[in-house]
Amino acid sequence: MSAPQTGQPENGQAETAPGDKRPEVDSVGSAVTGYAIGLALAVGMTAVSFYIVHSSLIWAPGIPIGLIVLAIAQMGVHLVFFLHVNTGPDSTNTTLALAFGLLIVFLIIAGSLFIMTNLDHNMLPMEQIMRMQR
Amino acid sequence: MLGKLSWKAIPFDSPLPIYASLVVGLVIVGVLGWVVVKGYFPYIWKEWITSVDHKRVGVMYTLMALVMLLRGFTDAIMMRAQQAIALNAPGYLPPEHYNQVFSSHGTIMIFFVAMPFMIGLMNFVVPLQLGVRDVAFPTLNSVSFWLTATGALLVNISLVIGEFARTGWLPYPPLSELAYSPGVGIDYYLWALQISGIGTLLSGINLVTTILKTRAPGMGLMRMPMFSWTALASNLLIVAAFPILIATLAMLLLDRYLGFHFFTNEAGGNVMMFMNLIWAWGHPEVYILILPAFGIFSEVVATFSRKPLFGYRSMVLATMVICIIAFTVWLHHFFTMGAGANVNAFFGIMTTIIAVPTGVKVFNWLFTMYGGRLRYDPPLLWAIGFIITFVIGGMTGVLLALPPVDFLLHNSLFLVAHFHNVIIGGVLFGGFAGYNYWFPKAFGFKLHPGLGKAAFWFWLVGFYVAFMPLYVLGFLGMTRRMQHYDVPAWRPWLVIAGAGAGLIAIGIALMIAQLVVSIRRREELRDTTGDPWDGRTLEWATTSPPPSYNFAVLPEVSGEDAYWTMKQHAREGEPPKLTAFTMPSNTATGIVCAFFATVMGFALIWHIWWMVILGGLGAFATFVVFAWRDHTEDEISVEQLERAARAPQGTQLAGEVA
Repeated sequence: MSAPQTGQPENGQAETAPGDKRPEVDSVGSAVTGYAIGLALAVGMTAVSFYIVHSSLIWAPGIPIGLIVLAIAQMGVHLVFFLHVNTGPDSTNTTLALAFGLLIVFLIIAGSLFIMTNLDHNMLPMEQIMRMQR
Repeated sequence: MLGKLSWKAIPFDSPLPIYASLVVGLVIVGVLGWVVVKGYFPYIWKEWITSVDHKRVGVMYTLMALVMLLRGFTDAIMMRAQQAIALNAPGYLPPEHYNQVFSSHGTIMIFFVAMPFMIGLMNFVVPLQLGVRDVAFPTLNSVSFWLTATGALLVNISLVIGEFARTGWLPYPPLSELAYSPGVGIDYYLWALQISGIGTLLSGINLVTTILKTRAPGMGLMRMPMFSWTALASNLLIVAAFPILIATLAMLLLDRYLGFHFFTNEAGGNVMMFMNLIWAWGHPEVYILILPAFGIFSEVVATFSRKPLFGYRSMVLATMVICIIAFTVWLHHFFTMGAGANVNAFFGIMTTIIAVPTGVKVFNWLFTMYGGRLRYDPPLLWAIGFIITFVIGGMTGVLLALPPVDFLLHNSLFLVAHFHNVIIGGVLFGGFAGYNYWFPKAFGFKLHPGLGKAAFWFWLVGFYVAFMPLYVLGFLGMTRRMQHYDVPAWRPWLVIAGAGAGLIAIGIALMIAQLVVSIRRREELRDTTGDPWDGRTLEWATTSPPPSYNFAVLPEVSGEDAYWTMKQHAREGEPPKLTAFTMPSNTATGIVCAFFATVMGFALIWHIWWMVILGGLGAFATFVVFAWRDHTEDEISVEQLERAARAPQGTQLAGEVA
């Protein structure tokens, strides 16, 4: 399903389409190292998050915050090591797409929380609505 | 063995759908028979159904939109007729049938007319405008189209087998939950939209990638034609918004099929979460529809004024601002459903703000026309009709964006008049402008201008006669979706609105006549130059119709209005050197995959589980076969290119429009 050959955008940056061979083909070794580091970090953080839930290593109320931090870091590791989002010149589009996606996700989640908590405030609890319907 | 399906599913007792589907069935069988007998089938199969050419896919999208427009309009005229006679009377449509009619009208008009119309035009035009040879993922494009067609087919099957949803075009729970809608109507709706929604999402990804990654040499982002910009914005919105729709409908499906409680009244479900999520998709959706239309008008106004577009950069900025703000206004669809003043104020203000970039666009179009030498061909007529109509629709929209006003007018015919005002006056007029504008590019001959103008005037006048009374009725307190009523004062306005629908029907008949007459007189309407309107953008730089590879040599772009610049600086020189290249081969993956998706969707609706597995396995196997195929690309040789360059213009498609 490869695209028919097309020109490059004018700015001369060698943008590669997804799946194209990267121009600076690293040695297999360094590529494997990258994936290995990513895998180690991902597995490590998963293990840690399972471990701290049942441990008394950190202050109990801090555990949810710790889990959130680990989850976000996990996403970062996936993006950088597995999806190769970086600051290189050939990933401008990827980075912009990621930023756009994050913005939309933020708008939807923040807006939904804003709307739903406000509705919760204003509306009767569901049990009472159900009782009124009877 | 057949799940819930039995002979009872076919509504033998209500003659209307049976006769309607008999007629439609006969037409389909007739057309198929004619195609087979005349020996056109191999051509249609090889060149259209299995085609991965973005132009062919785009034309098929547009054709489907126009056919479904007839179905949706039939629903509309049935509703108008019912309301014209149903004063203190049952009318001719029983309530359960009437509810299905307004639900299918909305569903079809949005998902299977407006969406495929816009996606079809984007598919056809964007790669040509960018000066490239196809979209980024040609086979995926074909799959997207056929999945959308699957959705349309399922909606139409519901006419004969079973029933359609009775909930309106968005299935609000708790009404759409199993407890209150036990029939298969909602399931038809949900599976049709899930399957076509996935198609739309894939097509959005495809076009975003095409625009960002593949452009002709020199075609920087800020040199892209306006239509390509709005297509980019629209497809970014598709990529961002359609996952919300798919997830929301999936949750409703889980509620209905597996006893989940996302949106139920009991067991911790929250009905309002559905309203919140569906409109978080639903509002971006209206911008997905209107932005490409804005792009079409930008192209048409510039071309037919023979001037560059006024304020190109502000146009780009306005487009992208709309693209973001579209995600901050969705609550205005349910101001009255329990939100407090703070929330209503925020979303009301955001909604009025989004009118600003739209206003910028209107002024840009006006200033483009100012001082231009206008040619009143049908595309420009549609554009001018749009500007006037859309401004009225936009102003009633800003009115509705004020929460206190919305408390008075919500759920009334004022609202119905408003959204028809922007969707017909904006999206549909845009589609018709694009259809008249790019038809010669697609088929090599112009549409008959006289009949086009006649169709325009009937549509425009018909629109005003049909929908202005609905504003009045809204003020008179008439709510939407009424099967009958007992207020005599409403009757005259409803009769006028019905007459307006009749005028629109004449407009549609004239459009069909325009198409037929144009095909019959194609020799005198032939476009031999490839540039019938004195165009400004790259799609006019190639022949009409373009060869499958669009451009033998990719054009070099050196500024905005790329083709206009080329025409200004045309100089005799060495003809560019031709080199061979490859194009993706046609494949039946799309239609085979859609066939299995149809089987699976139908089986899921009727709970025929063995058939679900069969359909799923079939669709998966199709992809496996596709992934392992050996022959993926055909070479276009230099000899072929030279032969095409020598052939006189307009001969490639002779006899192909049969």
